Amino acid sequence: MILHQLIDYETLRIIWWLLLGVLLIAFAVTDGFDLGTATLLPFVGKTDLERRVVINSIGPTWEGNQVWLILAGGAIFAAWPPLYAVSFSGFYLAMFAILFALILRPVGFKYRSKRDDATWRTAWDWALFVGGAVPSLIFGVAVGNVLQGVPFHFNDELRIFYEGTTLFELLNPFALLCGILSVAMLVMHGSAWLTLKTKGVVADRSRAYGKIAALATAVLFVLGGVALWAGIDGYHITSTVNPLGPSNPLAKTVAKVPGAWFDNYSSHHWMMLAPLLGIAGAAAAFVFMGARREIAAILATSLSIFGIIATVGLSMFPFILPSSVDPRSSLTVWDSSSSHMTLFIMLVVAVIFVPTVIAYTTWVYHVMWGKVDEKAIRDERGHAY
Amino acid sequence: MELDIVALSRLQFAVTALYHFLFVPLTLGLSVLLAIMETVYVMTGRTIWRQMTKFWGTLFGINFVLGVATGLVMEFQFGMNWSYYSHYVGDIFGAPLAIEGLMAFFLEATFVGLFFFGWDRLSKVGHLMATWAVAIGSNLSALWILIANGWMQNPVGSAFNPQTMRMEVTDFFEVVFNPVAQAKFVHTVSAGYVTASIFVLGVSAWYLYNRRYVDLAKRSMTVAASFGLASALSVVVLGDESGYLSTEHQKMKLAAIEAMWKTEPAPAAFTLFGFPDQESRETHFAVHIPWVMGLIGTRSLTTQIPGIEDLVEHAKVRIRQGISAYDAVQQIRAASDQSAVPQAARDALEKNGRDLGYALLLKRYVDDPRKATDAQIDQAAWDTVPSVPSLFWSFRIMVGLGFFFILLTGTFFYLSARRRLDHYPWLLRLAVFAIPLPWIAAELGWVVAEFGRQPWIIEGILPTAAAVSSLGAMTVLLTLLGFIVIYTVLFIIEMGLMLRAIQSGPKPDDEPEAILVPPSLIAAE
Repeated sequence: MILHQLIDYETLRIIWWLLLGVLLIAFAVTDGFDLGTATLLPFVGKTDLERRVVINSIGPTWEGNQVWLILAGGAIFAAWPPLYAVSFSGFYLAMFAILFALILRPVGFKYRSKRDDATWRTAWDWALFVGGAVPSLIFGVAVGNVLQGVPFHFNDELRIFYEGTTLFELLNPFALLCGILSVAMLVMHGSAWLTLKTKGVVADRSRAYGKIAALATAVLFVLGGVALWAGIDGYHITSTVNPLGPSNPLAKTVAKVPGAWFDNYSSHHWMMLAPLLGIAGAAAAFVFMGARREIAAILATSLSIFGIIATVGLSMFPFILPSSVDPRSSLTVWDSSSSHMTLFIMLVVAVIFVPTVIAYTTWVYHVMWGKVDEKAIRDERGHAY
Repeated sequence: MELDIVALSRLQFAVTALYHFLFVPLTLGLSVLLAIMETVYVMTGRTIWRQMTKFWGTLFGINFVLGVATGLVMEFQFGMNWSYYSHYVGDIFGAPLAIEGLMAFFLEATFVGLFFFGWDRLSKVGHLMATWAVAIGSNLSALWILIANGWMQNPVGSAFNPQTMRMEVTDFFEVVFNPVAQAKFVHTVSAGYVTASIFVLGVSAWYLYNRRYVDLAKRSMTVAASFGLASALSVVVLGDESGYLSTEHQKMKLAAIEAMWKTEPAPAAFTLFGFPDQESRETHFAVHIPWVMGLIGTRSLTTQIPGIEDLVEHAKVRIRQGISAYDAVQQIRAASDQSAVPQAARDALEKNGRDLGYALLLKRYVDDPRKATDAQIDQAAWDTVPSVPSLFWSFRIMVGLGFFFILLTGTFFYLSARRRLDHYPWLLRLAVFAIPLPWIAAELGWVVAEFGRQPWIIEGILPTAAAVSSLGAMTVLLTLLGFIVIYTVLFIIEMGLMLRAIQSGPKPDDEPEAILVPPSLIAAE
């Protein structure tokens, strides 16, 4: 099979770096509002009926949305195996906490309203809150740690050794700032979704929380940028790298350099668009939510998420996962991908199926369009949750 | 087995995978049964079939969410607990997992929302399409997962790259059309269909026994018995035993299942019963049936099935060849650049690369496999024998249950055709008690497939002991306990909700059936 030679290895690596971003952004934009909605559940819904309205606003679609996360996991495994191996084993207990919280989610949605018992339902409401808030927080904390570098190294056989000691080490101030930013961002997005899908008091409360979250997102994002500039060293490749070479991270040398995470912006001014979009999107969301322009508001929150995640990726390029204890072990776009052939095959699969998935997902959203019908929930008709 | 990091990681994977597979077979089979029932509804317009679809759909939903919740863990666990595995074979193994998400699970998960929420929003045909999308999605999902698993059993289409210290794909079509994967797929989805059929059959039998929802129960039994019979035959006839002879270690698995210590002249006898003794390498109180093993295993009278002792001898040869490949890899990596690699090393890797994994078996005993003694090579070769008694018994119970399922579904198929479903109350009771049996068979099937593959995580390529993450044993123990606790709690809740839903029975459907439906064709009183 020589078909894969059609696209050179360097280009494929860049395409798959972009696709990695696309997957993470697709997850944050679709399942993100599910996470935000679940986080808001105990606060915007006070009565049982209100809470059922909130749950049913995402009921028909959250399951499909969650597949973006599963797909991101699978695609990282297939396209960036060292990244999959290092990050999942390195962040072991954090991953476990995310899984634990996410396990509660499908079960919570499905089982909560199966019994007419207030204690049962309240317990599941808080389980759903955990299922929304904990992953949102930890994803952000993880990104905060990645920006600082993660304590791992490879030995000569490319076996991975993680040198961090405790889970609490991950909870340093900068990472916590990123974690809270992540929660604010997804709560903002979830609020925008709830104002679109609900009416009356639930929508009003969501709007109020949403405006606060939008402001918090913009402020925390700027603060994060300042903290990164002032206190966090970036990484810089100091040897030559062959973008067409085999994926062996140990073949290069790397140095920690203050301010290196801002280098890309001075050499490529257009990249400034990403952080600007992150801030402008959140600001626009604040305005649109106040003006009751629900569709415009959720477009704005989506663009803000896009901008914020793209900012992280662009700042670090070509790094994907820097190592704080052994910088040359750092994973970059040029030395931690799959083989040329696997990247090509997976690209063909993605080109066929990503548009297909987007097409039928859009159709399903179209079918389920409109505000949640309170009367149908009260009469137990047409709703499963 | 001491509780080191390898044992704990294996235990964690076994626990989470076996838990996951409590929910998967019912999803696989029930999704298809739902699609069949709804198709009958759309074609005939009889609303009882819609009521049936909704009722079994409720039970499907309660089961489905736990499949999703436990499946999430599976997807992330390779990286968490098996990071060297992920690095070593991610180039090949990751692809089917990613394709599964993109091609199959997206379809299933997106349309499952419409299945539950779309009854009032879609046309009849539109909703039927959504239901079929769920069924096709879940079955395609099984296909890609089993392509990934099949590659672990029979790692085709790949080669070791010393530059990146990992296996890389050489022929993706070989990976996809791996005969072991194809056999496993048919076997596994058929087993899922049997599970769902026996579940529907048993629950309906309970209704019929108590004379509740008689119409719904009889129709459901008719569908379940016919679908179940076809599937039960398919599980046994297309059992994946045929794949066992394609590779060396599958031969070992077959020999272990049959407790065949020595090679016998063809056609070999089948050991119906006995107590295999791993220490003394013999089977006590064995009851043999002449010829049968040879016939099942090779579909011929003249092909020999190798016994364990001969396979171990062969493993010794492969370990020695593996040492030569290991030496070649070290030389290639020590060379300053590509041109400095000695041609002899390239040739040795070319010739013995397939056996590199066998050298890694020695890592348990010696850091550098090239320094292994003859005694250590013998020990490593004997390590390739999996636990014979566990395989022997797991396999026999599974197969025995398989034949029982044919008998059970066949009986009800016959009764349904003769419209005598409610004539034999003791048979209805038997069907109720049979409900858990397919799960036992399915779990034992995985024990045979995966426990039987030990000591390999990728057969002949990577030993399980080498594949783990560098984690502390306490950390893994902590998460193992965490998973056991949350899974057990959720499982108890799930069983409770299932029983409640079955107890309260189908809800009256929106449209009155009496006006629309002529006297039943299938199961008149």
